[in-house]
Amino acid sequence: MDLNDSPEQAAYREQVRSWLEANKAAAPPVRSTRAGAEDSEYLAARRAWQGKLAEGGLAGTTWPAELGGQGKGPIEQVIVNQELARAQVPGILDVIGLGMLGPCLIAHGTDAQKQRHLGPMLHGDEVWCQLFSEPAAGSDLAAVQTRAVVQDDGSFALNGQKVWTTNAQFASFGLLLARTNPDVPKHKGMTMFIVDMSAPGVTVRGLRQISGEAEFNEVFFDDARVPAENVVGGVDNGWATALTVLMFERLTIGLGSQGFGYDAARFARAIGSDPVARKDKAVRKAIGEIGTDLLALRFASYRGLSALSQGQIPGPESGLAKVTTVNAAIAAGDLIADVLGPDALDEDESEWAYMISFLPGLKSAGGTEQILRNTIGERVLGLPPEPRLDKGIPFSELRTKETVA
Amino acid sequence: MDLSLTDEQEFLREAARGTLSRFKVIEAARAALDDGLGELPDLWPAAREAGWPGLLISEARGGAGLGVFDAMLVAEETGRVLAPVPFLGLLPATALLDAAGYDGLEAIAAGEVRPVWIPTRPPGDLEMNWTVDGPGAARPAAPVIEGDGDSVRVTGRAAYVPDAPGADLLVVVGVDGTVAAVEADADGVTIEQVVRYDVTRAVAHVSLKDAPGRLLSVSSDAAADGWYVAQALIAAEAVGTVQTTLEMSVQYAKERFTFGRAIGSYQAIKHELTEVLRRLENARSLLFYAGWARDSGPDEWPLAASAARSAAGGALDFASRSNINVHGGIGATWEHDAPLYFRRAQLTRRLAGGHGDATDRVAERLLAA
Repeated sequence: MDLNDSPEQAAYREQVRSWLEANKAAAPPVRSTRAGAEDSEYLAARRAWQGKLAEGGLAGTTWPAELGGQGKGPIEQVIVNQELARAQVPGILDVIGLGMLGPCLIAHGTDAQKQRHLGPMLHGDEVWCQLFSEPAAGSDLAAVQTRAVVQDDGSFALNGQKVWTTNAQFASFGLLLARTNPDVPKHKGMTMFIVDMSAPGVTVRGLRQISGEAEFNEVFFDDARVPAENVVGGVDNGWATALTVLMFERLTIGLGSQGFGYDAARFARAIGSDPVARKDKAVRKAIGEIGTDLLALRFASYRGLSALSQGQIPGPESGLAKVTTVNAAIAAGDLIADVLGPDALDEDESEWAYMISFLPGLKSAGGTEQILRNTIGERVLGLPPEPRLDKGIPFSELRTKETVA
Repeated sequence: MDLSLTDEQEFLREAARGTLSRFKVIEAARAALDDGLGELPDLWPAAREAGWPGLLISEARGGAGLGVFDAMLVAEETGRVLAPVPFLGLLPATALLDAAGYDGLEAIAAGEVRPVWIPTRPPGDLEMNWTVDGPGAARPAAPVIEGDGDSVRVTGRAAYVPDAPGADLLVVVGVDGTVAAVEADADGVTIEQVVRYDVTRAVAHVSLKDAPGRLLSVSSDAAADGWYVAQALIAAEAVGTVQTTLEMSVQYAKERFTFGRAIGSYQAIKHELTEVLRRLENARSLLFYAGWARDSGPDEWPLAASAARSAAGGALDFASRSNINVHGGIGATWEHDAPLYFRRAQLTRRLAGGHGDATDRVAERLLAA
């Protein structure tokens, strides 16, 4: 069992580390919350920093070299992430673009699309957003209702609404999944588009969460026009294209960019400062269990990295780590607030108030805990799927049924 | 980063699986449940043949000189089939005897003499002495070891000592962290086998009254190491047992139909089994942590071994109950094997300090950091 780098990995790590040593003075600070999303000055600094990372070869690590990337593997991406964390500087701003949407364009895009978009995306000049989820299509993504109707000139007219769209308020482009043919079963009639976020008919509205911050957006489309050359991966082939994005999403999460700072030692410190609490058996039991879960995650991630080193790609079971993380952090927030009392909820003074507000939503992010458990039960344990009422039924009829029900 | 098993480790595990597959332990355990007396197969000759008594004994003294992680790989296999191999008593004892340079190690490595370790808990935050398991929830002080030079007298009592029945040599940690070896047939030693809730595990109350023994020259750190070796082994065994119950449950959930569907298609069942998998994978990750820490991160070893025990114990608890739930009523009867795993979980949870002590040690280490 070896937790160390191979000689090649060590050399790469050294290269990344010395670059960061030489350049980290130019980095903006790391923000503990995502409040930066509403601070345009901070965003400009983060974009510039992403450009610098790209010049230094620390962005697009896994992109092919001929498209501006470094042509390296996922393990090198992990090394970059670890070194960024070690240097206490932020990473790239556009994790969604570089981690998920860019790789989808690389896999399915036309040469013209790649030429036009990948460079500005890599350097942070144009940030991207992912226009997938809708009010009635989350875990069941293939239920999207946003319509794209082809016009006489070959362009498409978009109508509908997206939600949970990170970075939409400052994104230049979005990758959008829309329904082009409602008269076939739901997985078949969808198409992926590149959407110019500044086009007429595109409206972005912040979606305020429990914490009071608007980290996500709603995006509305009222007859917004998309040219035919912006179709990615073929008309009515959107589901296959979306699956590519979702695969890269899993990989991005599996490589664990910089985590959420949910750390056993940090939680324990919050309680350990209270001499009564640290001798309280109920408190000790709770922190012991939370700590055990979080310690397990550390070695679960090493197991994942070890598998990656051997060329295996993280499977759906990495979703279990997310379930453990979120629930352990929720339990920790409750425990810390029980020990500290209402002080823990002081949004100006307490480092815990934001976490406590943020976690209930995180439970559903990237697929609800329930849908993750379904997927893992079926794909990993091999349990039979739940009978479905939407198989083989044209989407338009399905909608009618749902409305009647 | 490479956590994959070495070829030698793969071989060790495969060989263990092969050895154990020659015995029908589950069938024998059911028979033993039925008449309350039935004998389990004697796995000791096979264990000797496989070299397991010497796993943790250095090569110069006739052992295999392997690490605790290697022993855990074997323990996982014994846990899979509930094999009554006396690892919990044996391996911590051999680790201590090897650390002390005990001069009977060759016979022990060869399996001619079987030692047993008395589970003695290193001081914690809430209990500042070395303690042992007592009846009920009591945690009496560890035995007192007195004397001049190498010859000592040992007095004390420990309840529910795993693998004590039939052992030849007791390895006892005293209340002050000193360690002594006492022949099991020495004057003043009583080993009283107790009713086995889990027929696949032999346990006894051990009593020592002014029993003559030999002082072992080990530090109290080495004495504490025995405790954590035991915790890591219990964790590894439990992971193996959980793996088996999960396989049983999944198989049944695919085959059993209600209301026209396999029960595994219902989310209630699917999510419960996914929870077993989640706990299993977490526990397995902590086995790696414990194995790594024993070799390469000694400061983290008490934390890692305790966390592994806590997670694996929780997993076993959950899995053994969920196995019964998934099987429905039949799973709660002697018609089925599920009760054997449930009994294993129930007794194990309370041995060697119990899960609760392990969880508390995780808290202690984290709070002290």
